[in-house]
Amino acid sequence: MGAQAAWISGGRLHLHHGPIDMIVGVEGPGAAAGFARAIRRFDTLLEELAAELPRLRSANGALPRGDVARDMVHTAGRFPEFSTPMAAVAGAGADAVLAALMDGPGVCKAYVNNGGDIAFHLRESAVFRAAMAGTGGQIELPSTCPARGIATSGWRGRSQSLGISDSVTVLAEKAALADVAATLIANAVDLPGAAEITRTPARDLYPDSDLGARLVTTHVAPLTAVQISTALTAGMIRAESYRAAGLIHSAALTLGPQTRIAGLLPLTQPEAIHA
Amino acid sequence: MSGEKIRCDACPVMCFIAPGNVGACDRYGNEGGQIVRSDPLTILDRRLEGGGAVRPFLTHDWDGTFSDEDIFISGVGAGTTYPDYKPAPFIVSREVAGADTVTVVTEAIFSYCGVKVKIDTDRHLGTEGAVVRAGSEAVGHVTTSEYGSQMLSLGGVDHLTGGSKAEGRVTCDALLRLCNREAVDLSIEGGATVTVQAGMAPIVDGAREARMRVGCGSATIGMFASQWLGLVDEVVVVDDHITGVVSEHQAGKVLDWPETGIRIKGRRSTPGRYFQVAGPGQGWGGTDIEDPLSILNPWLEKKGARPGLTLLMVSTTGEHAAYYVLDDALEPQPAPMSAALQPSVDLIAENCEPALCTVMFQAGAGGSLRSGVTQNPVLLTRSVQSGETQVTCGGVEAYIWPGGGITLMVDVLHMPEGSFGYVPTPALVAPLEFTLPRAAFSALGGHDAAVRSIADIVEKGGEYGADMRLSPPKGRG
Repeated sequence: MGAQAAWISGGRLHLHHGPIDMIVGVEGPGAAAGFARAIRRFDTLLEELAAELPRLRSANGALPRGDVARDMVHTAGRFPEFSTPMAAVAGAGADAVLAALMDGPGVCKAYVNNGGDIAFHLRESAVFRAAMAGTGGQIELPSTCPARGIATSGWRGRSQSLGISDSVTVLAEKAALADVAATLIANAVDLPGAAEITRTPARDLYPDSDLGARLVTTHVAPLTAVQISTALTAGMIRAESYRAAGLIHSAALTLGPQTRIAGLLPLTQPEAIHA
Repeated sequence: MSGEKIRCDACPVMCFIAPGNVGACDRYGNEGGQIVRSDPLTILDRRLEGGGAVRPFLTHDWDGTFSDEDIFISGVGAGTTYPDYKPAPFIVSREVAGADTVTVVTEAIFSYCGVKVKIDTDRHLGTEGAVVRAGSEAVGHVTTSEYGSQMLSLGGVDHLTGGSKAEGRVTCDALLRLCNREAVDLSIEGGATVTVQAGMAPIVDGAREARMRVGCGSATIGMFASQWLGLVDEVVVVDDHITGVVSEHQAGKVLDWPETGIRIKGRRSTPGRYFQVAGPGQGWGGTDIEDPLSILNPWLEKKGARPGLTLLMVSTTGEHAAYYVLDDALEPQPAPMSAALQPSVDLIAENCEPALCTVMFQAGAGGSLRSGVTQNPVLLTRSVQSGETQVTCGGVEAYIWPGGGITLMVDVLHMPEGSFGYVPTPALVAPLEFTLPRAAFSALGGHDAAVRSIADIVEKGGEYGADMRLSPPKGRG
């Protein structure tokens, strides 16, 4: 079954192939041509990645041939902690489709949302808004903010995590960078040895997992406020180190009721919802 | 069963999937050594509103012209993932009114469930608390009398699992048929037998009920007193609950209605309003009387009774009406109703609504099925309670009880036909959909990787031979 493109309401484009679902939005006089370029780029994306999957699932090896695969390898390699290029897969895919989309005139604002990892483009005075997982808040990015990628990671949902954070959202220059950083910061939000945390070898859950025998979180029993704070602090140390190294712009780390912010995250809180 | 891991060939990722697991997409899994995906499901299409029939759905019918707001993938036929912690069968991405939303679609197995039945009738069906039986098994009880209706509570976990095996089986069967809008015969201990079918008139002891009362006797007086003034000297609206007398009633007083010397049996509540004028039954106004004069005591001359005084007695539905004139001995004698008065009786009947049976499915969705949505179930509960997550059954918005848990109530008449099924545990199976903003779905730990577009579901479902049908959404918007 090949890649599919479908129009959904709001004039948006839904791209789907295998495990990939992307939502693409474009504003500007060049929107139609931009969408066409995005579809063309998406068409072969999964096949390119699948062809080099064994390499992308291992931490070392020869440089792959595909552009997106190379970007994944390079991006993962910028971080000192263990990861495989697969940590960048969603973000790098979004970056690649956005880059194709932008390769022409008349696009004022565009985004490619690849399952929550988002690459976006903003021209002067445009603002990008994204709802923020875990906090109920909204991120509001003016075009003056240098970040053009957002990614979120956590142990819930399908992504495997070595940590226990509910969500780590990262703003970075590219979605691929944000993707890897979110994964690695989420891994650091942890309480090593705590009895409240249940872990399982990654490959027992998914035989193909790039994490192999590493223990991934499968359950977190209720934690005390002190435990939550301790785990978040561990994550903050890693987040701040990435900020200092210029890898990320900012990050928000959420575990249970607590959220910590590294850097300046333009977060607005909506009014509380009343039943 | 095969214990082998198998290669999924649905997409180029070619996941190696262990038995009971799913691939990277969450769309395909290894079930007993086979790569499987969705079950048949029902798609609600707003474009079919206004008479479109439910029809089988084939992928080649799909013209691709729809907006997300036209289409709602319902839980009907969606199947169930088991064990519960697996993502629900369909997690659908839609844009509604400009916002990204996710709808989690499943068929839920409800061990805690039942129906509340509202039967529009004045007739006495049974005393509050009386046991309701289907065949010889107890399946519920009579609960409160409401305004013009009698409520039954049927099913619930105690009947499904707390009694004998036969009781559970019969209860499950009665609930299933009621929810799928079939007629079910029920007998009430010490009371009537009644045939209940959602959306149809109740049949009480073999007689089909036609009209629902316009109001209680007192309310009827309040509504029509001014129309009787000058046409008749006295009006009694006979009602098992509150019988009204116009000359004594406040509605008559403000019209300077003259006293008539009438005396009503029963317990006077407030002026012109009487309780317990007779026993409950199948007769006038839900009483056990066939002759309305039996609720009257001798008339008092000193209070205004006189030969020639005219009296209208009428029931709360206008179904029964009689006209009398007092003779020289101050005894009411039947007489033909005047042509001027008949329209007021007709007006009572005209103001009555058709008597119907309403079947509300009530169930607890706060259990393990929540983990088909999120790995942290209580977050879903809180999201539902805060109003952020909308709960529907077959596309029909469910009422969620305040307080703890997710206790829902929904009118089965609005749901697609054949929405309900059962499992022999016994429990009912009903479609259930949770709809929430995409961001909120992620925030509560939703199975993000399982989110799919409508187009994807339509196409892939067809490819795997899964039956689909299109159905107009009923009773919505």
